[in-house]
Amino acid sequence: MTRLVLSGNYAQSYAARLARVQVISAYPITPQTTIVEQLAKFVSSGELPAQFIKVESEHSALQVCVSAAALGARTYTATSSQGLLLMHELLHWASGMRTPIVMGVVSRSVGPPWSLDADHTDTMSQRDTGWVQIYPESNQEVLDSVLEAFRLAEDLAIRLPVMVAEDAFYLSHTVEPVEVPSQAQVDAFLPPRVPKGTLVPGKATRLGSYVGPADYVRFRREQARAMERVPETLAAIEEDYGRRMGRTYGGLVQEYRTEGADAVLLTMGTASTTARAVVDELRSEGKRVGLARIRVFRPFPAKEVRDLASRVDRLGVMDRSWTFGQMGSAATEVAAAIQSSPRRPRLSSFLAGVGGRDVGTALLREMFRDLLSKEPSGLRWLDMDPPKEVPLHG
Amino acid sequence: MSLASAPPKTEGPALKVVYKSTTKPTWCPGCGDYGVVASVERALSSLQIPTHDVVVVSGIGCSSNLPHFLSSYGFHGLHGRAMPVAEGVKLANHGLHVVVTGGDGDGWGIGLGHALHAMRRNIDLTYVVMDNEIYGLTTGQASPTSTMGQKTKSTPQGVIEEPVNPIALALSAGATYVARGFSGDPKQLSDLIAGGIKHHGFSLIDVFSPCVTYNHLNTFDFFRQRVYKLENAQHDPTDLVKAFAKAQEFGPKIPTGLFYRAEKPTYEDLEPALKEGPLVHQKAGIRGKDKVLDEFV
Repeated sequence: MTRLVLSGNYAQSYAARLARVQVISAYPITPQTTIVEQLAKFVSSGELPAQFIKVESEHSALQVCVSAAALGARTYTATSSQGLLLMHELLHWASGMRTPIVMGVVSRSVGPPWSLDADHTDTMSQRDTGWVQIYPESNQEVLDSVLEAFRLAEDLAIRLPVMVAEDAFYLSHTVEPVEVPSQAQVDAFLPPRVPKGTLVPGKATRLGSYVGPADYVRFRREQARAMERVPETLAAIEEDYGRRMGRTYGGLVQEYRTEGADAVLLTMGTASTTARAVVDELRSEGKRVGLARIRVFRPFPAKEVRDLASRVDRLGVMDRSWTFGQMGSAATEVAAAIQSSPRRPRLSSFLAGVGGRDVGTALLREMFRDLLSKEPSGLRWLDMDPPKEVPLHG
Repeated sequence: MSLASAPPKTEGPALKVVYKSTTKPTWCPGCGDYGVVASVERALSSLQIPTHDVVVVSGIGCSSNLPHFLSSYGFHGLHGRAMPVAEGVKLANHGLHVVVTGGDGDGWGIGLGHALHAMRRNIDLTYVVMDNEIYGLTTGQASPTSTMGQKTKSTPQGVIEEPVNPIALALSAGATYVARGFSGDPKQLSDLIAGGIKHHGFSLIDVFSPCVTYNHLNTFDFFRQRVYKLENAQHDPTDLVKAFAKAQEFGPKIPTGLFYRAEKPTYEDLEPALKEGPLVHQKAGIRGKDKVLDEFV
């Protein structure tokens, strides 16, 4: 174990190197590019014996990974925003073909208007493509999640691709101390992939065949069942990871000071760190509030959310993306989850941090104040003041 | 009047048109693209085209920011997708002059398929590619025109792929005006761009536009030492075979200027729906006599 000062992007690169990925294919896009640049350096210096292929588009990048994974290789790619949207067709393909690809996503707003900052519209618009989605909160968690992601993706009970989504700039370009496990530790945790259902030399088989409706639905049901097995499988993986490395993240939903809370705010990604500090402040002021961080958004942690709902009267969800005609993306799914709960708390949806607007303590206090008021407001777009200065075109 | 592009105004008093916009370029000091935007301005000015008759379309990349720096209409689209946007503009109103601007990553990489199809349609567009042989906006990865062996952030051991040859590509795809400029020679470049805008059909002006920050191989000096002008070399731009031969020269001597030009019908000339003029000026709805309907009603 070594301690290095790493950005979230370099945490992705180091994790992929430690995982001994065999094929990396990518296309540059801000703010992702430094992930694959660092991997290109590892490959050229000989530290990582892998194939690194820079292709002509993100669509091609993921296709290369799908093909390599279908031949049994351990594959990794990384992208962001428009690049992820361009991959959409292949996202379905990767999952439908049950290829255990791990992808780093730097969550960034989508255009137009053009923008480069943190937002969850890119990953949320891919939530139904059959990928597991993990949203780390720190650079340490980025590294740990990528390693867990490979174990999860390649587990023969799962065989689904996983994306590890980090907030643009807050994680991608901000450095912090990160414990980097030794190669021996990672090798013991993550053995080489055992390919199954892949093409093998000497045996002529075909992938991607046409099937009739009766077989098609069976393929889809199996894919859905694999996703249903993720919570249990990931819990076991995390337990093993914790035993070896000394760190765990609380399963699909990580709760903080929710005991006896009147109101709990659900967050994802980096906003959670600030929200935790605000919870401490409010608790010291005598207000009974707590935090629940959705760490894994796909499969949606419906059971965990229902369990939380059974213990509190008011739930709020902070989202960096939304569903038109409904609420924030996560809020809409929380509403669906608690619909079948015997106890349904009042639910508020807060849209904040959209397009990279900063989510500071004042804004989070406003969310808790709203939640604790007599009549919580339902859906609110927060922090809508125009900029004091018009930014230059960039 | 031709049903394609309105002919550029060449007579009468000079228009006092300001082609520069109030938005300042964000390019690095010394970037080759300054010479290209100045040449586009000069070309439009020499043809006296009013700004409301020009649409500049781009994708993503440093050079794709160019439409913001002109006072014409502009459309800053998706990475690699400028060409379909431009074709849409042209088909909606083919009286407009449509100029597509972008870089080598945008046009010869992710958007290559679109460029080839626009060329074979011979649609009346002017495509100005600022070729710096590198991905500049993402700070220095190998592009589709990077040199074999060139070390970049994505190719620490050197590029192992043959670069795209934009001139040969355009010649084979059916472009009818194929030229190469150099941003270090704005006089020749603006003439080539003006020639492309005047040309009735697809025109490509591939421009050596050095990236002074991330490409230390293909510098201004690199090109200054190598370029020579086709117009001084008795090149016959009506000869496609000779144009192909010239397109292969990329060594101690590199030709610039007009490689090839041909007069052929454009997509707009051949499209029946455009016979009566630009779509925007045509009446909406179903036209012509509904003979069968009239019989029964």
